[in-house]
Amino acid sequence: MSPDKLAYMANQIATFFKSRPEDEAAAGVADHINSFWEPRMRAKLFEILENGATGLDPLVVEAAPMIRQPKPERA
Amino acid sequence: MSLIHEIDYGTPASTSEEAVTLTIDGFEVTVPVGTSLMRAAAEAGIQVPKLCATDMVKSFGSCRLCLVEIEGRRGTPASCTTPVAPDMVVHTQTPRLKEIRRGVMELYISDHPLDCLTCAANGDCELQDMAGEVGLRDVRYGYDGANHVKARDNGEANPRYRPKDESNPYFTFDPSKCIVCSRCVRACEEVQGTFALTIEGRGFGSVVAAGQDEAFLASECVSCGACVQACPTATLQEKSVIDNGLPEHARVTTCAYCGVGCSFKAEMRGEELIRMVPYKDGKANRGHSCVKGRFAYGYANHKDRILNPMIREKITDPWREVSWEEALAHTASEFRRIQHQYGRSALGGITSSRCTNEETFIVQKLVRAGFGNNNVDTCARVCHSPTGYGLKTTFGTSAGTQDFDSVEKTDVVILIGANPTDGHPVFASRLKKRLREGAKLIVIDPRRIDLVRSPHIEASYHLPLKPGSNVAILTALAHVVVTEGLFDEAFIRERCDWDEFQDWATFVSDPRNSPEEVEKISGVPAAAIRGAARLYATGGNGAVYYGLGVTEHSQGSTTVMAIANLAMATGNLGRPGVGVNPLRGQNNVQGSCDMGSFPHELPGYRHISDEATRDIFEKLWNVTLDDEPGLRIPNMLDAAVDGSFRGIYIQGEDILQSDPDTKHVAAGLAAMECVVVHDLFLNETANYAHVFLPGSTFLEKDGTFTNAERRINRVRRVMAPKNGYADWEVTQLLANALGCGWNYTHPREIMAEIAATTPSFAGVTYELLEKEGSVQWPCNDKAPTGTPVMHVGGFQRGKGKFVVTEYVATDEKTGPRFPLLLTTGRILTQYNVGAQTRRTANTVWHEEDRLEIHPHDAEQRGIKDGDWVRLASRSGETSLKARITDRVAPGVVYTTFHHPGTQANVITTDFSDWATNCPEYKVTAVQVALSNGPSDWQQEYEEQARQARRIAPAMEAAE
Repeated sequence: MSPDKLAYMANQIATFFKSRPEDEAAAGVADHINSFWEPRMRAKLFEILENGATGLDPLVVEAAPMIRQPKPERA
Repeated sequence: MSLIHEIDYGTPASTSEEAVTLTIDGFEVTVPVGTSLMRAAAEAGIQVPKLCATDMVKSFGSCRLCLVEIEGRRGTPASCTTPVAPDMVVHTQTPRLKEIRRGVMELYISDHPLDCLTCAANGDCELQDMAGEVGLRDVRYGYDGANHVKARDNGEANPRYRPKDESNPYFTFDPSKCIVCSRCVRACEEVQGTFALTIEGRGFGSVVAAGQDEAFLASECVSCGACVQACPTATLQEKSVIDNGLPEHARVTTCAYCGVGCSFKAEMRGEELIRMVPYKDGKANRGHSCVKGRFAYGYANHKDRILNPMIREKITDPWREVSWEEALAHTASEFRRIQHQYGRSALGGITSSRCTNEETFIVQKLVRAGFGNNNVDTCARVCHSPTGYGLKTTFGTSAGTQDFDSVEKTDVVILIGANPTDGHPVFASRLKKRLREGAKLIVIDPRRIDLVRSPHIEASYHLPLKPGSNVAILTALAHVVVTEGLFDEAFIRERCDWDEFQDWATFVSDPRNSPEEVEKISGVPAAAIRGAARLYATGGNGAVYYGLGVTEHSQGSTTVMAIANLAMATGNLGRPGVGVNPLRGQNNVQGSCDMGSFPHELPGYRHISDEATRDIFEKLWNVTLDDEPGLRIPNMLDAAVDGSFRGIYIQGEDILQSDPDTKHVAAGLAAMECVVVHDLFLNETANYAHVFLPGSTFLEKDGTFTNAERRINRVRRVMAPKNGYADWEVTQLLANALGCGWNYTHPREIMAEIAATTPSFAGVTYELLEKEGSVQWPCNDKAPTGTPVMHVGGFQRGKGKFVVTEYVATDEKTGPRFPLLLTTGRILTQYNVGAQTRRTANTVWHEEDRLEIHPHDAEQRGIKDGDWVRLASRSGETSLKARITDRVAPGVVYTTFHHPGTQANVITTDFSDWATNCPEYKVTAVQVALSNGPSDWQQEYEEQARQARRIAPAMEAAE
């Protein structure tokens, strides 16, 4: 999962939720990512966010606090 | 077991609700108004002799055998064309009728060969039966004189004689046996709707002719076989019956090709399948079929089929045949090693939309309970996953709203991104029948598909949009509905969230969504958009049918929601004749989705994070389920390239050929350490596999398929699995090799587990399916025999949800390097990646993929019809032959993806739907240029595939 590809996917989601009312948009993005992204993908997204959120849509950045941190893997 | 004899009532049933009572041969009979005397008699158990009548087509009244006498009426009317009337007294057998019928039969037989003993229809010939029934004992006219039977008369060539036409690979046409009853001509017209057959000449000179009196194969015949089924003699006869003789027993089963899910009688002799005959009680197909379902089953015995398990260390090694025990033990040890070494989430599985519900259920169970993660996905990822997301969001459940019978009550059909005459042929025939009765059609498709204009069918509107502009067009249709006040306010207020509707209405009413603005994006004239919107909103029952031209886009899910919005706004939901109807690609793609094949959902579309749902399965399976969504297919491949995903079990799915961006798929597979392919053939994906587990065909197992109308149909085993095990047994063996300890002895036990855990299947049992034939889910206490139409009286989710659908242009754009847009699709005779149909005689119709290109674009590039051309995108390039046609607009090219040699998916990119990662197959910017033949890549690929398919010769035992 290249960072570019993940950022692209996150931005696509943000683009859709931009048409929601302002107060729902970020929550919509977070909910979508929480529902459909496997923990590894979310972990990569957090890496991008920590490294300056390069290439990420501002709405994804706004949604970040609502995105679930992946748990360490069960043995 | 014996053959399944369905009663032929002679004429179609009347749909009238008014009843008439009359007397036939002394019995009182009550039937609907409009019923023929012949049918009324048949319903009373009395079969009137007949030749030209059969209940699949309207009465014709030509054979004069079904005559009856009616008290108080003169003459001897034909019972097939005479409707019932109250208090009629009818006699079907009188001295006068007997004499007339014998006379008629004498005339028929005087121009028919008497080779009954060596005739392929011997024992299955209605002419023979009628001769017996009327007591024919003599033919006073003899067999000399003018005839169609003999090639030469008295040494002279007989100009009336026509030789047998054997051009069609599946059936023969022998005019010398024809009695000109016209059943074939009428079946082609009324049942199939192709109008390929006609009667040429007049009187005694009348003969059946295909096309412009051509060979069947050269004519426009689509080889559906309706004529063969209708023929009362051996004139049109299956070659399989000519070769093998007649079948002696049959079982009803379900076709394993497209999502229509036709019911067939598999007619057998011993373990040999003699022919497939569509089952009239099949509620999806009502006795009809297409060329694939009826004829293209030969792959089951094809020499390429692999019957023994095989393993190899590296994908560059030749395969080594091993025992089942060794193959399974090896797989289990590899899977355990991988999880030990790389973690629990390094494994995954892909369920098959070709396999049964029971099989997909246990593959996802193996992943969730056995592997302990949720890395399970299915081919719906690349076709209808946006339908799942879009319809669940708007209506509350992920399925089409109607049954196929619903089309009989539809007044206006919108067909978007679907080509049913090729992709869903039996539904297309039912649709065409309704269109001939006067329903209107709106086609939204970049190509001029056959339904835009074909014999006796013409779309009121064809909106030939630029690929990728679906959302803009649908929102523009909604703009017209809202701004012109054509919406159904009462319906919306009662069933939908009114506030959300108002937000949505404000959005669609914005001038940027007007047809005039959208014309600039889509290339569709504004007047056509306005006309189509008005027709759909005001033309009576409006139904939308759509296919992958909707879903396989960056905005696939948005488009599905835009369709749902439009249907809700016009009140076109919740009753027969309306609805939102995804045409599903594969036989069991609906079922595989229902069965929890998606990584975020347990069976019945319940999110994995839902504790109550997990609890049901955890208690039953005695495991702890992971509460996080798993990887989807494209994510698995990405993770494989990254190194965190190392092994996969793929049942009945060829991701290398069917998924986009072939090179990326190949890289992902090549990065894995244990790829297990469970399939009939060494498919393209198997080139990268380490373990091959042979699969079984739908003829070799029991189970159920769920078609596009949510109909759960039985699949019945008619022969033993040639590979030794049905697919569910193989999965169970693998699960047990991993220590799961399962002990299913029959798929009905798996269905019982599905019913026990999944509310929408709660009432489904094999006993119920036996009794009802089929049921449509939801099937539970509230709907004990299933649900033909969904959302009656209210939506599954409560209030219908309007969603704002902003158009976002795809990033896949044309430019100077790639100035054309490629879109992809199917053809009638081939199916998906072609693994099955390429191994049948269907290849006579389509032996290779062709690139359709508009004459203008071809001219600019110096391309002539049949030239080799290079097709290139930013992902890759391939070569194929061009077909020049104005079915595609200038700027658009089209190809099918049935042949691995073409590998159309080398061209497609990794862009995908924003919500579901469904790939954007339908839009790729490309360039086309003349070429000399296959590309280097194609040659390398072919060589790699050849190497990868080597099977080491078995070791000789030492003496």
